[in-house]
Amino acid sequence: MPRPKRIRKVTNPPHFKGFKPMGILPDKPPVVLNYEEYEAIRLNDFELKGHVEAAMIMEVSRPTYTRIYESARRKVAMAFVNGQAIVFEGGKVYFDSEWYRCNNCGCFFNHPQKDQEVTHCALCHSTDIRIFSDKEEEKQIEDIYICPCCGQEKIHDENNPCNEELCPDCNCKMIRKGILSNKRPIETKI
Amino acid sequence: MKVAITSTGNSPDSMIDSRFGRCSYFVIYDTENQSTEYIPNPNRDSIEGAGPASVELVASKGVTKVISGEFGAKVKSIFDQLQVQLIMINSQDKSISDIIQLLNNQH
Repeated sequence: MPRPKRIRKVTNPPHFKGFKPMGILPDKPPVVLNYEEYEAIRLNDFELKGHVEAAMIMEVSRPTYTRIYESARRKVAMAFVNGQAIVFEGGKVYFDSEWYRCNNCGCFFNHPQKDQEVTHCALCHSTDIRIFSDKEEEKQIEDIYICPCCGQEKIHDENNPCNEELCPDCNCKMIRKGILSNKRPIETKI
Repeated sequence: MKVAITSTGNSPDSMIDSRFGRCSYFVIYDTENQSTEYIPNPNRDSIEGAGPASVELVASKGVTKVISGEFGAKVKSIFDQLQVQLIMINSQDKSISDIIQLLNNQH
């Protein structure tokens, strides 16, 4: 059995259903262009991103992206030459939009109307907003150290090596907060 | 513009519900005439598919913003297609009237 297809991320789905040729009767079956193929053309030929960058945006490997793109171009060429209609349909995709965080009220919000610029928080209308990414959250966890014995938390000091960080209360070696769940508390003798 | 807020009760003092699909009530707030409507969620105890069913209910009211604590993966993609804006609030100690007040802050 082949490996299941990785689910492709589509950040900007088309807001119309497809194209049809002018001046001829639609007697031929339409060409079905998947959403992932539309996205591949959009990233490469409209936003002028390289294959490596576009692949990262769609969360697939670079060869997979190139394969999607190749298939998309062939379908578009086929529709052009044969005078077939194009419909956007299907594909193993999910739709995602960027998330923003408001520094004023602490809420997260996304922005489905992509043609408009994001200027203020959707909830409290504050202009103190920034784009939120998962990487940012991961970094925050890495910077916090926790004592496995008493649970005290401490923010990592850049100047101190992390393996020498000791809990001020019970003198335990502190560990990174994110990995606490898979480590048992280490008791040190005093 | 209509805004949907997930709520734990049917009064302005009730707290925001942190789940979307299985919240107790939906509050539909109209920013134009400041009216509120409380709709009990029929999908509250469903085992499967509560999210998409709730999306359908909320979308039928014509809302453009939805405020809740969290949204599932299925819900996010449907709302994205419907061009509905999602707002996540992490703190659970905000009441419906607090949120309505925040929404009215503009202008």
